[in-house]
Amino acid sequence: MEDALFLARVQFGLNIGFHILFPTLTIALGWFLLGFRIAYQRTRDPLWLATYRLWLKVFALSFAMGVVSGVVMSFQFGTNWPRFMTTVGAIAGPLLSFEVLTAFFLEATFLGVMLFGMNRVPDWLHITATALVAVGTTVSAFWILALNSWMHTPAGHVLDGHQWIAADWWAVIFNPSFPYRLAHMLIASGLTASFVIAGLSAWRLLRSGLDRGARRTLRAGLLVAAGLIPVQILVGDLHGLNTLDHQPAKIAAMEALWYTERGAPLVLLAIPNAAERRNDYAIELPYGLSLILKHDRYARIQGLDAFAPDHPPVVPLFFAFRLMVGIGMLMLVVAWTGAWVTREQRVPAPWLLWGFSAFTFAGWVATLSGWIVTEVGRQPWLVTGVLRTSQAVGDISGAELGASLTGYVLTYATLFLAYMVVITHLAGEGAEPAAAKEKQ
Amino acid sequence: MIDLALAFMVLMGVSVLAYVVLDGYDLGVGMLMPAASEEEQSIMVASIGPFWDANETWLVLGIGILLAAFPLAHGVVLGALYLPVVAMLVGLMFRGVAFELRVKALGWHRQLWNWLFWAGSFLASFAQGFMLGRYVTGFESGFGYWLFSVLVGASLCGGYVLLGATWLILKTEGALQRKAIAWARWGLLWVALGVALVSLATPLASETVRSKWFDFPRTFGLMLLPAATLAAGYWLWWAATRVRGGGGGDWQPYAAAVTIFTLAFCGLAYSLYPYLVIDRLTIWDAATHPSGLKALMVGTALVLPFIAGYTVLSYRIFRGKASKKLYD
Repeated sequence: MEDALFLARVQFGLNIGFHILFPTLTIALGWFLLGFRIAYQRTRDPLWLATYRLWLKVFALSFAMGVVSGVVMSFQFGTNWPRFMTTVGAIAGPLLSFEVLTAFFLEATFLGVMLFGMNRVPDWLHITATALVAVGTTVSAFWILALNSWMHTPAGHVLDGHQWIAADWWAVIFNPSFPYRLAHMLIASGLTASFVIAGLSAWRLLRSGLDRGARRTLRAGLLVAAGLIPVQILVGDLHGLNTLDHQPAKIAAMEALWYTERGAPLVLLAIPNAAERRNDYAIELPYGLSLILKHDRYARIQGLDAFAPDHPPVVPLFFAFRLMVGIGMLMLVVAWTGAWVTREQRVPAPWLLWGFSAFTFAGWVATLSGWIVTEVGRQPWLVTGVLRTSQAVGDISGAELGASLTGYVLTYATLFLAYMVVITHLAGEGAEPAAAKEKQ
Repeated sequence: MIDLALAFMVLMGVSVLAYVVLDGYDLGVGMLMPAASEEEQSIMVASIGPFWDANETWLVLGIGILLAAFPLAHGVVLGALYLPVVAMLVGLMFRGVAFELRVKALGWHRQLWNWLFWAGSFLASFAQGFMLGRYVTGFESGFGYWLFSVLVGASLCGGYVLLGATWLILKTEGALQRKAIAWARWGLLWVALGVALVSLATPLASETVRSKWFDFPRTFGLMLLPAATLAAGYWLWWAATRVRGGGGGDWQPYAAAVTIFTLAFCGLAYSLYPYLVIDRLTIWDAATHPSGLKALMVGTALVLPFIAGYTVLSYRIFRGKASKKLYD
């Protein structure tokens, strides 16, 4: 049973981790596309159209990756966690279905119009289609994060027999952590997309420094990123304080605070020792944690001892959180530097372009780290206080899980490799040659 | 008071049927790829380009309703079908991504993605039929039951080829259309053989289905289904011949194929009702809490008309013959 639980978690984590990469990119990329499309409408500059088409291809490919891995998700909710649906299905089921009904069909249908309909429909309809796809990706995030947040901070539910049902749908959807999580995730998507756009444009400029399309999109990506990062730091902080209120064990694990303390230090770096429940080689900032979390250096912070043994594992949370924050800080430096060095149409020096390229997928790394923090941080619960992960697992055999896991790993590795090759190739070709061809 | 479990059974049935006749044609086109020249392949892919994403969404909706409205059955059915489900998903993943990638690839890469598009379409189709076979026989183990499922898998491939070929009759012209007519005829024969064998084997494989089929005098009413299926098959053959002779009505073969699928689906629904898992779980056993069903129903009733509306809009925008140029 232990093995099956472990494999079920690995498999689900792998799937959802692979899946989340693509929506994270497409949610905000959809809005970028709307911007490019409107810019073309206003200026009639063929370079904007070419830019739109180039990034539409990246969008379509990323969207397809999201769709196919999302179909897998819809099966695994039931196969890997059957007791999840039989216990809280009356709440989770409608939320998931609303996502399919309000978002998936909208996105899929109007993406077809975006891709293939430009010469078949009037401009206003093509712009509307572009807008609806962007709205669809965002609505999709709304529903899935409502469900995810409810699993972290459930509200508005009552027990009826052996099933949890919604007593108040408003409270279920707008549960305590939802506004923070939604904002944090949407901004994460904005940052992911803007770094991908900036990074791939820099990649193009390294090959052809004269490409005006790449100069435009490099600047656009860097400016959006430079504007969003400070907001993200603020929202992330608020999200953390919200977590302290509702899931204090998660915060204690993130900060590797083993014992409740007054004037708790901020552990900057250490190797948490789970066996002896202490930190080895710790570098600490005295009173730091109390100051950050309660704005009072002598404040009392609950440590893991207050929750033992029902608290999440410390090691993955501690390191994933530091990775997310570290990358976020580097992204701030890169984006602000970038905004400065691209001012007044300047093309940055090659070493700077290499730097932007290196940060192309920084948003993915930060987002995945953040999701590991929040999801592993919910353990041992699947729905906090309502359902334990170990209670939700099904009776799929370890052998079946192992075989299918191998299949998924091979499939994902192949698809991911192909995806990376194609988008770097697309970006390397750039938009301007296509625009020039169109003029002839 | 409406029976919500029954309402969702109907809704799930409609989603699955919509999935089968819609994604069926694009899976069928995928399976027909090796039979066409490179230029024809581009037209074939262009004919399904604007639609395949939305077509596949019907599967997500069907599975979503199963998950949301009948969570008990979702666990039992998909648990029992775990490995074929994985095979289907791997097939769907490869073909979905291959669809995007084959356009952007050159040389042997393009050949590889073409091959994966074909193989993925075939794997997904066969796995779906195989699952249907396992499902109808209540997941019994034993050689005969497995053979039966393989037979259903092969028949569904034939059915999707038929849908794909008739779709191409509607969306193409000239030499490719004539090829598609030949494919459709082969597909029809394949389906006729498959349906005949499956119809003979099903009452042997399942006691419950046997008693439902041979329940006189209802059986006589039930005979309408095979009779109508035969008529639809004749219609398809006749309409294909007419298109070949330049008589027009290019939409008729596809409509006839959809009719065949709808009739087969009704037969299946009649055979299984009221079971979701044959002999084990009825729709009422498997239904989620009424409060969940109610919320689902409100959402569905509000949104489904919009989905229907813009789906029709999309098919109107892309009506007419497909052209080779994908991004026009």
